Amino acid sequence: MNDQDFKFYEELLRKESGLVVTPEKMYLLESRLLPIAQKNEVQGLEGLAQKMRATRDTALQREVVEAMTTNETSFFRDSTPFQRLKDDLLPLFVKTRSARRSLRIWSAACSSGQEPYSIAMLLRDHPALAGWKIEIVATDLSLDILAQAKSGVYSQFEVQRGLPVQMLVKYFTQQGDKWLAKQELRDMVIFKQANLLTDLTHLGQFDIVFCRNVLIYFDAQTKAKVLAAIKGAMSQDGVLLLGGAETVIGVSDNFKPTAEIKGVYIRTDSTFVAPAKSAAPAPSPTTKSAIA
Amino acid sequence: MKNCLIVDDSKVVRKIARKILEELGFECTEAEDGQKALESCLRQMPEVVLLDWNMPVMTGIEFLHKLRQSPNGAAPKVVLCTTENSFSFIQEALGAGANEYIMKPFDSEIIQCKFQQIGAL
Repeated sequence: MNDQDFKFYEELLRKESGLVVTPEKMYLLESRLLPIAQKNEVQGLEGLAQKMRATRDTALQREVVEAMTTNETSFFRDSTPFQRLKDDLLPLFVKTRSARRSLRIWSAACSSGQEPYSIAMLLRDHPALAGWKIEIVATDLSLDILAQAKSGVYSQFEVQRGLPVQMLVKYFTQQGDKWLAKQELRDMVIFKQANLLTDLTHLGQFDIVFCRNVLIYFDAQTKAKVLAAIKGAMSQDGVLLLGGAETVIGVSDNFKPTAEIKGVYIRTDSTFVAPAKSAAPAPSPTTKSAIA
Repeated sequence: MKNCLIVDDSKVVRKIARKILEELGFECTEAEDGQKALESCLRQMPEVVLLDWNMPVMTGIEFLHKLRQSPNGAAPKVVLCTTENSFSFIQEALGAGANEYIMKPFDSEIIQCKFQQIGAL
């Protein structure tokens, strides 16, 4: 691929999804985009770039952007954030939201839905939330992956990655060789398309935001922009959970880490009051990188 | 080092499971059916049992019932690892005292996930 075509893809992906591609990731462009080139009957990535330039076909552009976004996920991925949710955050929000008895949680870049459904299972298993109005909003850039997430259907391989078998039998039914999330679980999650680089205020205000393993793909400027948008969609005493390899330190002035709960971030103007806490839990198991 | 007893009538499956588990830091012993597994457990209880369902002489589920009734038999974590992938089999295994369930085919990532979930890693 010549420099001009590479720059075309680089700019398109940065502009539309914030994704940073470097020449070392050329193999990734080829593996993800060659099938689209073949489907469009053009010659390789050069032909695909030429077609997009000539036609300005927005549907094709979206298909390319969606193909490049990473969809690596699993139920209860990295376990620690879910432990924090269960042990620290839910008991705290049960207290601070006791008057209104409602909780809004956002799973940003939810991919095929394992994260929001994992959250939903934890919430259903939290007795103090019985009778509360719970809303889990799950967003992603890709319409295709959202459709898959909304269906709640998972392969045998997917349900074995991170999902304890007791939760599998409690919250899923078997359909042939697939597993379907029960209606009670699917009803708890609202799936919406959203681009983290755009205005997100239409999503409303959230108490807890999961935005994990997303910032790692962005450059510093884009990270700051996304974090500013998340701040705008968070209540003043809300909390943000990032991926294990992500931080706000040196990236954004909008957030700061909580001293009491590791890996949990709050707005710099936050009114969040953390509970007096015990020792930090064990570190989470490592997981493979989504873009190797 | 933790000990895992691998129970499967397939020598190939035992070999693959042993390789994965040794890489995860387990010391492994093997048994080719439920009866031999039970004898092994009565000699020395392992921390974890990776257990096939369909085996000659004594099936995995029969072994599990007998294990849980044995002295100290409640201690080992038991992970079924079987081609019996239907909902009813999973429920039966949980009812008999299984701690986790792997539906074959499996890979190292699934074994690692399941062993983490039962606190064996």
